[in-house]
Amino acid sequence: MRALKELTGVAAPLPMINVDTDMIIPKQYLKTISRDGLGKGLFHSMRYNDDGTDNPDFVLNKEAYKNADFLIAGDNFGCGSSREHAAWALEDFGIRCVISSSFSDIFYNNAFKNGMLLIKLPQDVIDNLMQQAEYGSNAKFSVDLESQTVTAPDGSEHKFELDEFRKHCLLNGLDEIALTLEKDACITGFEKTASQKHSWLSPAS
Amino acid sequence: MAAQTLYDKIWDAHVVSTEPDGTCLIYIDRHLVHEVTSAQAFSGLRHNNRQVRRPELTLAVVDHNIPTSDRSKGINDPESKLQVDTLRTNTDEFGVEYYDEQDVRQGIVHIIGPEQGFTLPGTTVVCGDSHTATHGAFGALAHGIGTSEVEHVLASQTLLQNKSKNMQVLVKGKLPDGVTAKDLTLAIIAKTGTAGGTGHVIEYRGEAISDLSIEGRMTLCNMAIEGGARAGLVAPDEKTFAYLKGRPKAPRGKDWDEAVEYWKTLKTDEGAHFDLTVEIDASSIAPIVTWGTSPEDALPITDTVPDPKSFKDEHKQTAAQRSLDYMGLTAGTSLSDIEIDKVFIGSCTNGRIEDLRAVAKVVEGKKIAENVSAMVVPGSGLVKKQAEEEGIADILKSAGFDWREPGCSMCLGMNPDRLKPQERCASTSNRNFEGRQGHGGRTHLMSPAMAAAAAVTGKLTDVRTIVNS
Ligand code: SF4
Repeated sequence: MRALKELTGVAAPLPMINVDTDMIIPKQYLKTISRDGLGKGLFHSMRYNDDGTDNPDFVLNKEAYKNADFLIAGDNFGCGSSREHAAWALEDFGIRCVISSSFSDIFYNNAFKNGMLLIKLPQDVIDNLMQQAEYGSNAKFSVDLESQTVTAPDGSEHKFELDEFRKHCLLNGLDEIALTLEKDACITGFEKTASQKHSWLSPAS
Repeated sequence: MAAQTLYDKIWDAHVVSTEPDGTCLIYIDRHLVHEVTSAQAFSGLRHNNRQVRRPELTLAVVDHNIPTSDRSKGINDPESKLQVDTLRTNTDEFGVEYYDEQDVRQGIVHIIGPEQGFTLPGTTVVCGDSHTATHGAFGALAHGIGTSEVEHVLASQTLLQNKSKNMQVLVKGKLPDGVTAKDLTLAIIAKTGTAGGTGHVIEYRGEAISDLSIEGRMTLCNMAIEGGARAGLVAPDEKTFAYLKGRPKAPRGKDWDEAVEYWKTLKTDEGAHFDLTVEIDASSIAPIVTWGTSPEDALPITDTVPDPKSFKDEHKQTAAQRSLDYMGLTAGTSLSDIEIDKVFIGSCTNGRIEDLRAVAKVVEGKKIAENVSAMVVPGSGLVKKQAEEEGIADILKSAGFDWREPGCSMCLGMNPDRLKPQERCASTSNRNFEGRQGHGGRTHLMSPAMAAAAAVTGKLTDVRTIVNS
C-alpha cells in the first residue's frame, strides 16, 4: 500500500448527500478482474452524457478540478454496496482524500486499505470547506496526517479524529495481511481452543 | 460479568488479539465468495505466494453475472464469462468448494449459505457483498467486506475490525394481515434513514420479530445495511434450530446437541446496554413502497408522492427533488396511481420459497396486466426445484410470469436482465439507487405480495384490496 503523510491540492466539491457506490462506479465496471484503470468509470452516469461525451457541468469535468486530489462530499458518502471498485476508481482518478460529515462503514474500510485518507468533520465545517472548494484551482487544501490536521485555503486549520492503527498503517504504507500473518501462532492458538470448545464449528461435509 | 448484548457475546468469542488502540483481530468462521469481488483477492494471494488458510471455511458460488435464461449454451458476454471462468480457476487452484451454474445448489450467495446450513448461530460470517447482513437472521455476526478484506480472510481466516456500537430496534406488537417482513424493514429504514445505523450493529427484538419466520428474518436483516448498519442480528430460537436441523453442512449427532446447547445462550442479557434504541409499533405499519432513489424514501401505499419542500433539511430537499426528476414523478400523486412496466420477483431479499408462495397466493387464477411484463428469478436452484414441485411455478407461469434460472438478475443487472431507460419496475429487491436495475430505470421497492398485486393491476396497488375482495 502507498504511504500517505501529507497531501496538498485542489478539492472538488460534490454537495450531494447519500452518494452511493453505484454512483461512484456503476455495475458495467465491476466485470473487471483487475484493480487498475477504473478511474475512467468514476461517477460514470453524472460524468458522461448518454452518447459517451463529457458532461461539462459535472465538477470533475471542469478544468479546475480535473486533477483534484481531494473530494468534499455530502453526508453518508459511499453508502450501498461493498464494491472496493469505488475506492479503486477514486484512487485511480487521483483522489487520495475524501472529506465528509460521514461515510458508510464498508467504504471507509475499503478506502484506507488502498492508501486513501477519509476525513470526518462536522457538518458546519463541511459546508464551509465546500464553499471554499468552489473557488477552484487557486484554492489549495492540504492535510498533514501526523498532526491530523486539514488546512483550508483561507488558512483555517481543522483537527480530525482517526484510529491510531489506521494512521500507523497509512503513514508507513504497511501491508496489513503481512502484519496479521506475523501473528500466526496467536491465530493457531485461537483455532485450537475454539475447536476444542465447539467441535460443531467445522462444517459437515 | 456485566450484562452483555448478543453482539458483545459473539464479538468476545472471536477476538484473537487486540491492538493498543482497540482495533481487534477477529476470527472468521464462515466465508462466502462470489465472482465479482474475489478475483483481485485471489490474484493478490498468488502474487504474494500465499495460501488459503482454511479452505473448508470458504464456500464459493456464481450469482451476479450469470444469465437467468437457458444456460446450456454458456455465457455470451465475454467479460462476464471471464469473471465466471476466473472464479472456477481460482477455487480449483486454492481448493475452495464451488457451486457452478450447472449445480442445483447454485444460487444467490446469501440464499445458499443458510440453505446449506453453512451459516450457523454464533458464528462470524463475511462475504465480499454488503447484503451479508442477511445471515444475521440466524444470530450470526455477518457483514459485508471489500476485496482487500476478502484477501485478508482467505490468507489468515481473520479480519481487522473495530467494535461497533450496540443498537436495538424494538418492534412491539403484531404486524397486521398483509404486512410482511419487507414492509417492516422498509418502515424501519424510513424511520432511521440510510445512515441511521452507521457505526452500529442492530439487534432486532420484540414480539413482531419473534413472530417472523426464519425467511422473514432474513428479509429483515438483509436490509440492515440499507439502514447503514454494519450488521443486523436476531437472537436464535427454536425456529432457527428447526430450520437448520438436517441441512447438509449443519452439525449432526452429538455435535448438533452441543451446538444447540450453546446457541441457546446466545441472547442479550437482561439490562444490557444499547447505545441507541429505536422503537416501532408493528400494528401501525401498512404495506410500503418506495417513491425515490434511496431506500429511506419509503411510504405506505395509501400515501402520496411527497413534496420536496416538505423536508426540513436543505440537503434532503435537493436530494428529494433530484429523486422525483429521476423517477418521473410529481409531488401529490397517489402512490397507488403510479403505473408500472415491469415486475421483478427475486434477489437475496425476497427470492426464497415463502416469497414465491406469497406471490402465487395473490396471482393464482389471475393474469398479469397487459401493460406489464413480469419475471420471477428464484434465489437458488433448490428454491426453483421446490417451487416447481409445489406447483407454484405453474401458477406463476399461467398468470403470465417469466420463470427463470436462479441468480441476482435484475436486482443489479450485471447480467442481461435490465430495465430500459425510464422503464418503471415494481421490484422485490433492496436498492432503488439511480441506474441500479439498468441505466435510467425506475425502481419501486416493495414486498413480494405487493409486487404481485402490481403485476395484476398494472400499477402500484395495496395488496389488501386485492386479497380481501
Ligand atoms: S441479489 Fe442483489 S443485493 Fe443480493 S447479492 Fe445479488 S446483487 Fe447483491
